[in-house]
Amino acid sequence: MDTVILISQVIMSLALVLAFVRVVRGPSLPDRVVALELFSTTVVGLVGVYAIQSGVANFLDAAIVIALMGFLAAIGFARFLERGGPRDD
Amino acid sequence: MIDVIKGTLLIVGALLMLLAAIGLLRLPDLLTRMHATTKAAALGVILVMLANAMHFSEVGVVARSLAVIVFILLTAPVAAHVIGRAGYFVGSKLWSGTVKDELRPNYDPLTHALKSGLETEENAKRQPRETDPE
Repeated sequence: MDTVILISQVIMSLALVLAFVRVVRGPSLPDRVVALELFSTTVVGLVGVYAIQSGVANFLDAAIVIALMGFLAAIGFARFLERGGPRDD
Repeated sequence: MIDVIKGTLLIVGALLMLLAAIGLLRLPDLLTRMHATTKAAALGVILVMLANAMHFSEVGVVARSLAVIVFILLTAPVAAHVIGRAGYFVGSKLWSGTVKDELRPNYDPLTHALKSGLETEENAKRQPRETDPE
C-alpha cells in the first residue's frame, strides 16, 4: 500500500509540474486561470492521498476548503475578465 | 482485497489528473484545454475520495468524502462555464481548425448584444397579445 501511495503522489506531482508549465507559458489570462483551477483540483487529490498515508481523516476538511477556494478564485477571475480589468498577458 | 481496490482507485485517479495536465499542455486553444481539465480532473478527485471512504470506512469520513464529491461535481461545470464565457468575451483565439463558431455572426463583442435573427420592423412594434404563450 505504501508503494501505491508513493506512486500516486509522484504521478500527481508530475501533473502539478505540467500544469505549472501552462501557467508560465500562458498565452492569455483565461488559460492561466484554467491551469490554476487544475492546480487546486490536483492539490485536493494530493491532500486526499496524504489523509490515507497519515491515517488522519481530518485532512478531508482541508480538502473541502481548498476546493472551495479554487472555485471562488475561478469565479473571481472570470468576473474580473468580463468587467474588463487591466490585463498584462 | 480492499487494498487492491483502494490502490487501483488511487492510481487511476492520479493517472486521470496526469491526463488532464497533459491535455492542458498539449491542446491548442482555451476551450479544448478546458474540455480536458474539467472532466478528467473531477473524475480523478472523485476516485481518490472513494479510496478515502474505503480506507477509513467510518460514517463521518464517508460523509465528508461524499461531500467533497458532490461539491466537485457541482462546481466544476459552473467554473468551466464562467471561464469559457469570459474567455470568449475577451476574444481569446479559437483553434485554426475550428469548424463552426455559431456565436460569431450573431454576437457583438463591443455591446455584448446577441441577435436572434428575428429583428424586423414589425417585431419591434409588436404588442403582447392574449394568445401569446406565457
